Amino acid sequence: MTDPAPIVSVKNLVKAFGKFHAVDRISFEVFPGEIFGFLGANGAGKTTAIKMLTGLWKPTSGEATVAGYDIYKEAESIKRDIGYMSQKFSLYSDLSVVENIRLFGGIYGLGKEEIKMKSDDLLKRLNLEKEAGSLISSLPLGWKQKLAFSVAMLHDPKIIFLDEPTGGVDPITRRQFWDMIYEAADRGKTIFVTTHYMDEAEYCDRISMMVSGKIAALGTPGALKKGFKARDMDEVFVGIAREGKSLAE
Amino acid sequence: MKAIEARSITKKYGDVIAVNEVSLNVEDGGIYGLIGPDGAGKTTLIRILTSLLYPESGSAMVLGLDPVREYKKLRKLIGYMPGKFSLYQDLSVEENLQLFASLHNTTIKENYHLIRDIYSQIEPFRKRKAGALSGGMKQKLALSCAMIHKPEILFLDEPTTGVDPVSRKEFWEMLKNLNEDGLTILVSTPYMDEARQCHTIGLMQHGKIMAVDSPENVTTMFKKDLFEIKGQDKYKLLKSIREYQGTDTVYSFGSSLHYTDRSGDFQPRHLEKYLEKQGIAVVIEKISPTVEDTFMALMR
Repeated sequence: MTDPAPIVSVKNLVKAFGKFHAVDRISFEVFPGEIFGFLGANGAGKTTAIKMLTGLWKPTSGEATVAGYDIYKEAESIKRDIGYMSQKFSLYSDLSVVENIRLFGGIYGLGKEEIKMKSDDLLKRLNLEKEAGSLISSLPLGWKQKLAFSVAMLHDPKIIFLDEPTGGVDPITRRQFWDMIYEAADRGKTIFVTTHYMDEAEYCDRISMMVSGKIAALGTPGALKKGFKARDMDEVFVGIAREGKSLAE
Repeated sequence: MKAIEARSITKKYGDVIAVNEVSLNVEDGGIYGLIGPDGAGKTTLIRILTSLLYPESGSAMVLGLDPVREYKKLRKLIGYMPGKFSLYQDLSVEENLQLFASLHNTTIKENYHLIRDIYSQIEPFRKRKAGALSGGMKQKLALSCAMIHKPEILFLDEPTTGVDPVSRKEFWEMLKNLNEDGLTILVSTPYMDEARQCHTIGLMQHGKIMAVDSPENVTTMFKKDLFEIKGQDKYKLLKSIREYQGTDTVYSFGSSLHYTDRSGDFQPRHLEKYLEKQGIAVVIEKISPTVEDTFMALMR
């Protein structure tokens, strides 16, 4: 890969709540088309970092740009130019398929014509034309996920944040979801994903591991496994968390 | 006596059959894991066994008691840790524990020995409101509250969902210690890799238990030969194997792919040759199926 300009660039980013530094001087870059795994223990600061990168929270100090926008001054532009999906929040289950598409299209500021076009295209591509009027709650989980992911990309963002998109999902649907992630990355989308499934960590191009507000390790799955003399990412995770603990003590 | 015996339990919500004719046995002193994704029916089943829901049909005996008719007696003998944190957020750690103890006519002091290992980790924060605890600490408090009345069976509904791998390991250590002291445990989880922590597992999907066995033996339900394929650029590899005429199933598994062939006598070199033509080098090896492989085979 030639080194293009990073799509996410973070330098010494800090978020402090009083004396507590939830995010403590993290620095990293993510490149276009990359699947970037953002891992860490509960309470390590992942959610806080994501809230800053998606323009929801202002940092205490440090610098960052997302999709070319400054996270202090251009938070609104960031929100317009990114996609976001999580297992907990994706679609409104008591609205129909097409109502959800219209709603999110409107939120993303697309015009009526554009929404109609995108909606038709999306339903066709996902083979959901017959289900256009069905309530989300009546769809199988696999379809719901496909739709949620596509809706998160309705406005053609360059980067998509996926926050534990596969939590509690059955093993086949989980793999189908990763197929969509691969496809999107293949089309040049950048994927920023969090997960607690360590087999999914292996599917990422690069991974960062957060411990106590800091990035304790960053690299390809292969390099991390080598560095920690680990057989799989589960062992890497345990190794890093232990190291992090002893550093904190 | 079995700790839990359930026969043909069915529960519907409107047209949706949440639990469909499920039978299960849990041995006294065992750890039984209900393994399955969201919506499999795990929570409904646990709520029926703990007397919190009536089944539509079927019957159950928990510690020799009927959860429908003898719920008052039963509730004194079982502990229940629900999936959603359901302690009082605006009471302190200690107040929550005290409340649960007094509801069961006991005191923290009387049964402290049961929860010492777990509770001592959060005791320094005993004055803190439960709502202000971290995820891991909430979990420890919920477990302490479920244990304070010295239950004979502990029911845990997805205690490790959304929990990171290290905290999950620690939680299972706590459960194992409790089990070694004689506690019977029924626990549900969506994480297939936690199956090996249980004595018996039930693989659950769409309201049915598809298979019941020890984690070692349940994989015998996987009837085909399973192969591991390793190579560079997994997505490209996955796509081209899907187009191979011999492919039955191919799934990502961490850093490798798991493959089954349509034919009974698969020759790895045929697939190797097919991939070689596309410039892909691989290593193929026969392996034993995991619980997750088995689960997916049963789902299909």
